[in-house]
Amino acid sequence: MSRRSLIGLATVGALLVLWYVLTMVTGTINTGRFPSPDDVWVAAGQIVAKGYANGRLHIHILHSLKLVAMGFLFAISVGVPLGLLMGWSRRAEALINPIFLVIRPIPPLAWIPLAILWLGLGDAAKIMVIFFAAFVPAVINTYTGVRNIATPIIEAARMLGTPRLALVSEVLVPAAMPSIFTGLRLALQASWTTLVAAELVGAVAGLGRILNVAQQDLYPGMILFAMIWVAILGWSTTKLLAIAEQRALPWVQVRG
Amino acid sequence: MRLDPRLPIPRNESLLLGAIGFFAFLGLWSGIAASGFVPRSFLPAPWEVADRFTHLLTNTFAGFTLPQHLASSFGRYAMGFGLAAVIGIPLGLMMGWFRWLDDMVTPVFDALRFIAPIAWVPFAALWFGTGIGGPIMIIFSGAFPPCVINAYRGARYVERHLIEAAEMLGTRSFRMITEVLLPASIPSIVAGLRVAAGLGWQSLVGAELIVASSGVGYMMVQGQSAVSTTTVVAGMVAIGIIGVLIDVALRAFERGVRRARGLD
Repeated sequence: MSRRSLIGLATVGALLVLWYVLTMVTGTINTGRFPSPDDVWVAAGQIVAKGYANGRLHIHILHSLKLVAMGFLFAISVGVPLGLLMGWSRRAEALINPIFLVIRPIPPLAWIPLAILWLGLGDAAKIMVIFFAAFVPAVINTYTGVRNIATPIIEAARMLGTPRLALVSEVLVPAAMPSIFTGLRLALQASWTTLVAAELVGAVAGLGRILNVAQQDLYPGMILFAMIWVAILGWSTTKLLAIAEQRALPWVQVRG
Repeated sequence: MRLDPRLPIPRNESLLLGAIGFFAFLGLWSGIAASGFVPRSFLPAPWEVADRFTHLLTNTFAGFTLPQHLASSFGRYAMGFGLAAVIGIPLGLMMGWFRWLDDMVTPVFDALRFIAPIAWVPFAALWFGTGIGGPIMIIFSGAFPPCVINAYRGARYVERHLIEAAEMLGTRSFRMITEVLLPASIPSIVAGLRVAAGLGWQSLVGAELIVASSGVGYMMVQGQSAVSTTTVVAGMVAIGIIGVLIDVALRAFERGVRRARGLD
């Protein structure tokens, strides 16, 4: 193990010990404001076994995962083709760009009240908000990827009479792939942030729902436990995407 | 023959297509709203939103007029963003200079990075209340990482011979950071500030939707409970405009800095 990771591990360990000592031994930190390890353990036991905020832990996790997956897939299945089209044709870009310029400056979270007005507090509203969050990075990065393909490659393909469909699948998509993956990574991160926010504003289940109920119940142990799960899910889905990227683009060095 | 459709098209054609796109969007929106297929309370027409927007400029909703809500949002934003810059930039520079600090902080930072800023809302409310402290903490947590990361990167990529020259002259750590690393990292730091400004603005909106008693996000939530779609859309428009203004200002600042450095 390198010196670097040893120091890192030691720091994390020291912080955990410090947390234990300050909350449970000396009582310097008021556990009404920040939980002790014991409180988190109790909260974990409660939600895993008996449930909290309308359901047990796995129900909430699956619910959040399902919504992120649906919103993300919906957004990229519209965003990537649109980015390809706008990158490929100046005319399409000129036509679509004004609409894009209106939508882009609105932060995804600002769609939440409108989504609730339109679709209520159910799943559809969350998917709509995630769509707007993930759509923009998917379009922009795909567009950039296509624009940066060297002109001789395009010209060669067209000179050889490549059919339209093959041009997209054999030239545009592979050449723009690294940039498309960057877009997917940003889209995924945006999906998680907006989902948590949307669930905090109002939901029947999900990690944001746990946070919301725990905040009203003044239950710091449960708040921290839910935050840890937000981080775990965000980290593992990003990791999954990095693995997919490494498989798809073995020649590119993927940053963790 | 045009083999590559990505090549520029004449300016007139591009402007014409842009105008067609924009008016098609407005026309479709107005058409659906005016047709009566969907209730007006569900989808107000563009002119109704514009009406509501001008109405809110001088009349109060949820306790304040729109400019007052915006001022309150902007005050929180400036404080959260300022705090993130004041703490984040020195931390990033120090991490770029002291290896041990880098080794210590980076793993903790990487772990915290995956917690969405908005997930801090319950603790922010518990620690700092829902008035001004809570939202500031959320903005801080959104804007802090890019400040640290860019200052760190800037400091790490300072040219070796600058550092070696300063070391030869006996420069100590403190002056090395303030007089070598900081000036050399300014372009990277300014780029980070621009990213931080965007993320902070986005976090502010989220924070105000959940914990606040004034501000444009709060106004939108109140509009939503009152089923006033026009208020909600007017709020989105206001947020979009301020977001663009912030970005334009920082872009100009970044350009100025780069030009002063002879980078452009």
